[in-house]
Amino acid sequence: MTASAALNLFDIVALRREFPILNQSVNGKTLAFLDSAASSQKPRRVIDCLEDYYRRYNANVHRGIYRLSEEATFAFERARGKVARFINASSQREIVFVRNTTEAINLVARSWGDANLRKGDRILLSIMEHHSNLLPWQMLAQRTGAKLEFLPIDGEGRLMLDNLDAQLAGVRIVAITQQSNVLGTINPVAEIAQRAHAVGALVLVDGAQSVPHMPVDVQALGIDFLAFSGHKMCGPTGIGVLWGRRAILEQMPPFLGGGSMIKVVGLYESTYADIPARFEAGTPAIAEAIALGEAVDFLQEIGMDRIYAHERELLGYALERLSEVEGLRVYGPATTEMRGGAVSFTLDNVHPHDVAAVLDNEGIAVRAGHHCAQPLHAHYDIPATTRASFYLYNIPEEVDRLVAALHKARTLFG
Amino acid sequence: MDDLYRELILEHYKHPRRRGRLERPDVSAEEHNPLCGDRVRIDLQIENGVITDARFDGRGCAISQASASMLTDEIIGMPVEQAKQFSKEQLLALIGIPLNHNPVRIKCALLPLKTLKAGLYGVGHAPDDDEL
Repeated sequence: MTASAALNLFDIVALRREFPILNQSVNGKTLAFLDSAASSQKPRRVIDCLEDYYRRYNANVHRGIYRLSEEATFAFERARGKVARFINASSQREIVFVRNTTEAINLVARSWGDANLRKGDRILLSIMEHHSNLLPWQMLAQRTGAKLEFLPIDGEGRLMLDNLDAQLAGVRIVAITQQSNVLGTINPVAEIAQRAHAVGALVLVDGAQSVPHMPVDVQALGIDFLAFSGHKMCGPTGIGVLWGRRAILEQMPPFLGGGSMIKVVGLYESTYADIPARFEAGTPAIAEAIALGEAVDFLQEIGMDRIYAHERELLGYALERLSEVEGLRVYGPATTEMRGGAVSFTLDNVHPHDVAAVLDNEGIAVRAGHHCAQPLHAHYDIPATTRASFYLYNIPEEVDRLVAALHKARTLFG
Repeated sequence: MDDLYRELILEHYKHPRRRGRLERPDVSAEEHNPLCGDRVRIDLQIENGVITDARFDGRGCAISQASASMLTDEIIGMPVEQAKQFSKEQLLALIGIPLNHNPVRIKCALLPLKTLKAGLYGVGHAPDDDEL
C-alpha cells in the first residue's frame, strides 16, 4: 500500500493533536471527520488567535487613534498581506476581505457585471459549478439580458474543451471552479484563461475547493479573479477572500455602500475609497481575518505541496478500497490525476441519507445530499450522493473504517 | 442506529405496501424535500368523505419511503376530516421514531404527511413542518 509514504510527509500523529476537535468520540467511536469539503476543522493556534484578539486588543479597525485600535488594524492588515503572499498576488491591495466564496462571486457579478454586461453578452460557466458560482450569474443574466453558456463534462467528470473556442464567442466572463466539490475534478484553469483572454473575456476562478488543498498562484494561472473561503482552509467562518487584478478592481464601482468604503460623503453624493476599502463597507470580520492569517501561516509551515501530496495518496488509497465495495459507484475521475480528495458516490439500493446515518453511527462524518450542485446531479440523473472528503489530518485508517461501514450499510439494507 | 432503522422501517422500505399510482385518483399531490432531492407522490381515492384507497410513489431514503408506506396503509378507511387532523406526533408514533431525533431525519419522515395534507387541503397549501 502506498498510503504509508503519505504519513512520512509529516508527522500525522503530532499534526492531529493540533486539532482539539479530532480528539473525541461520536457514538462511542473515535470521530473520523470526512467532511472537510463542507468545512474544515481548526487547529488550536487558529482558535487561540481568535480568543487572543477578543481578550487583548479587541477594537475597530481603521478608526481609533489609540493603541488597541492601532494594534487591531495592524494585525488585520498584516493578515491581508499573508493572504496576498499565499496566493502570490502582486499587491495586498488586490485582497478584498468578504464573508465567503459566495459573497466574493456576488461582488464581482454585481459590481463588474452590472457595469459591463449588456443584453446579448455571454457568460461561460460549466455544469459542475456549485450553486454559489451559478446563481450570481443567473441573477446577473436576468438583470442585464446576458446569456449563460455551459461547458459540458465527459464520462469521467472532466470538462470537455473541444468546443471551447466556439463557446467563447461573445463571452465577456468565464466563471469556473478550479476543483469540483462533488467530482473532485481539477480543471485546467490556466489553459482556459489563456484561451478566454484571447477573445477578451475575463476569468473568475472559484477556489473554494482548491486554495485549501493545493498551491495556487494567481499570476502563474493568469486569471483575473479568485474567490475562496477561510473556513475550508483551517480558518474561521465568516471570512473569505476576493482576489482581483488591480487594474480591474480599480475600475469597478462599489458593491455595498456604508462606512469605510468612502472618501468624501455629501448628502446627495459621495466619492469612494481606493481598493480594497472600496469593497469593504462596514466593520469587517476582524478577528476572523486575523485568524485566517494564522491559518495561512499554519498551512504554509506544513507546505501546500506536502498537503496536496498527502491528500493525493489518501485519495488513491480511497479509490482503490472503495472499488472493493459491491454496488458502489464513484463519480468523477477514476484516478488521482488532476483530481482532488472529494469522493462522491452512490451505493445500490441505499439512499445517501441512509448511508450517512449508518456512517454516523460508526463515528464517521460525511455529507449526503446534492452538495449545492443540483444541475450536476440532474446530469447524472441522481437526486443525491454521499461524499467523503479528505484534508491534511485524515489517515488511511479512516478510509478503512469508511469501507467497513459501507459494507455494513449494504448488509443492513441489502 | 437501532432506534432509527428498526425492523419495521426496514421491512416497509424493502417491501413497501402501497407503492404505485391509482388510475383515477380523486386527489394527487407531490412534494419535494429541497435539502436532499427526495420526492413523494400520494394518490387518494375518496368516496363519501372517506379515503377508500391510497398509493404512494417517489424516491428517497428509507425513512421517507417507509413513512409513506405506513402512512398510506394507515389512512385507508379514514374520513377525510380525520386525515386532515393527522398530526406529526401521530405519524412519528406510527413509524416509531422519537420526536427528539435528528431534525434532518424528522424532515424525511414528515415528507409523506406534508404531501398528504397538501393533497387534502388543495394545491399550494403544503404546510410547513411546524404546522403539521
